[in-house]
Amino acid sequence: MADDMEKTLDITPFDRLQIVRHKNRPTIRDYLPLIFTDFYEFHGDRLFGDDGAILGGVGRFHGMPVTVIAEVKGRDIYENKNSNFAMPHPEGYRKALRLARQAEKFHRPVICFIDTPGAFCGVAAEKRGQGEAIAKNLAEFMTLKTPVISIVLGEGGSGGALALGVCDELAMLENASYSVISPRGFASILWKDATREEEACNIMRITAEDAVALGVAEAIIPEPDGGAHNDPETTAENISEFLAKSLNNKIAKNIDLLLNERYNKFRKIGEFTE
Amino acid sequence: MLEDLFKVVTARFNGDDNEKEKSADASSVPMFKCPRCSCSCGYEQLEENKWVCPECGYHSRISAKDRIAITCDSGSFIEYDKGMSSLNPIDFPDYEGKISAMQDKTGLCEAVVTGECTIHGERCLIGIMDSHFMMASMGSVVGEKVTRAFERAAEMNLPLILFTASGGARMQEGLVSLMQMAKTSGAAARLSEAGGLYITVLTDPTTGGVTASFASLGDIIIAEPKVLVGFAGRRVIEGTIKQRLPEDFQSAEFMLENGFVDLICDRKNMRRTLAHLIRLHRPSQKMEDMTDGR
Repeated sequence: MADDMEKTLDITPFDRLQIVRHKNRPTIRDYLPLIFTDFYEFHGDRLFGDDGAILGGVGRFHGMPVTVIAEVKGRDIYENKNSNFAMPHPEGYRKALRLARQAEKFHRPVICFIDTPGAFCGVAAEKRGQGEAIAKNLAEFMTLKTPVISIVLGEGGSGGALALGVCDELAMLENASYSVISPRGFASILWKDATREEEACNIMRITAEDAVALGVAEAIIPEPDGGAHNDPETTAENISEFLAKSLNNKIAKNIDLLLNERYNKFRKIGEFTE
Repeated sequence: MLEDLFKVVTARFNGDDNEKEKSADASSVPMFKCPRCSCSCGYEQLEENKWVCPECGYHSRISAKDRIAITCDSGSFIEYDKGMSSLNPIDFPDYEGKISAMQDKTGLCEAVVTGECTIHGERCLIGIMDSHFMMASMGSVVGEKVTRAFERAAEMNLPLILFTASGGARMQEGLVSLMQMAKTSGAAARLSEAGGLYITVLTDPTTGGVTASFASLGDIIIAEPKVLVGFAGRRVIEGTIKQRLPEDFQSAEFMLENGFVDLICDRKNMRRTLAHLIRLHRPSQKMEDMTDGR
């Protein structure tokens, strides 16, 4: 780890964002067959439709049944048409919640992969309650009686990312980011100048190290030199290694203790004086 | 995104400050000029009408202090966590300066005031977000005070009423502000599991991360008429679809029609409605008698 840190010391947060946005950056579709076996994708929220921006289903991890829920970046224009560039609508978040409840019923852990610029902003999303859908996930995942592990693969953008981020342990890929809003949006709001994206990026504290320092993430999963796209197989192995350790730890815990620890992980975030 | 939202909000519902400044030019006595119907009236008359435009019924944005005055039984409000003030979790340049300037300007320590009170004699916990303080954006303090309100409601077995208003997450607190959404929603879920009653009153404007967390989690969701309620900024959506949105998009009425609000309630009926709803949620003697007799 120390070597990794030294190696990457001169990489700025903006440089990392470029790695994460690389056109060959592996997506959940690349990782799924490398990490899980017997995977079956399940569709639909049972209320409105099926959102291609969020994938979910059941499979095995090291032989153990698990539920997988993931935001889906497209690898080409066809995939992106189906996955809406990984920007979910309310039905995507509701599908995620449906599958999480299913996991709870059948005593399977939930593994979430976060990879989104943010929740979709549009008329249909507003009509179908984008705010309510995200809020409901935050509340329900907090009390979900089964272990939840989340991993940020690339961009973790705003509430659209957090909707899959209420978990017992959060890991970030080494170059991944997690932020309250996109750096462009940040610059636009605070300085009324979206072109100051790079400057925003470098002061927002959006890197994996920042997320750990702020108490939001617990682990950083190393990427190969230059980024995950240079060696998806090794990256998948690193993800599996983290998952094995984390799942072993969480499934051994008493569920009430686990839920209290999950609550307190978020409960203590915030800096104020009285 | 939020910047665009604020522009639209300002255009649609001019803030009190602008109203005062504009009318000051016209005469030496400050008059309220309604941003909706452009009528003018004296501030005394406006106050008597609970800051609702006497001509068109526009429910103007009011301070937490004024909200307490028109909602709580006189003298019943006891404030909690009054002096809580934000630090600078991501070392954002001059955030401390911005906070202290807002504190001087508004007389508030932060964007939410919480406490307990009675409403027509009904004891409850109450929280009021004040849009005059950094558009009531949610940072560490809003997150902590709202979370404590949920936790106290569960501990004290009292109903909780939150008047929401917000531009969304507090940008200057970065990822820490995003996490307040999870923290408050988790606390709301725990109150719900404990069987507590939580009523949200959506006021102008309730948007972004507050809509996508505790504002949408009430057992009962009330909205004031015609207020702005939504997740994404109007301009952002217009940019996506390349056309103008209808005037009532993201209004309380739009949310009601789409199934995300239980009822719309005029400000003049709010106290009575809240007190009635609290009474309706008391354990029923009749129900208990029926159960005993079985």
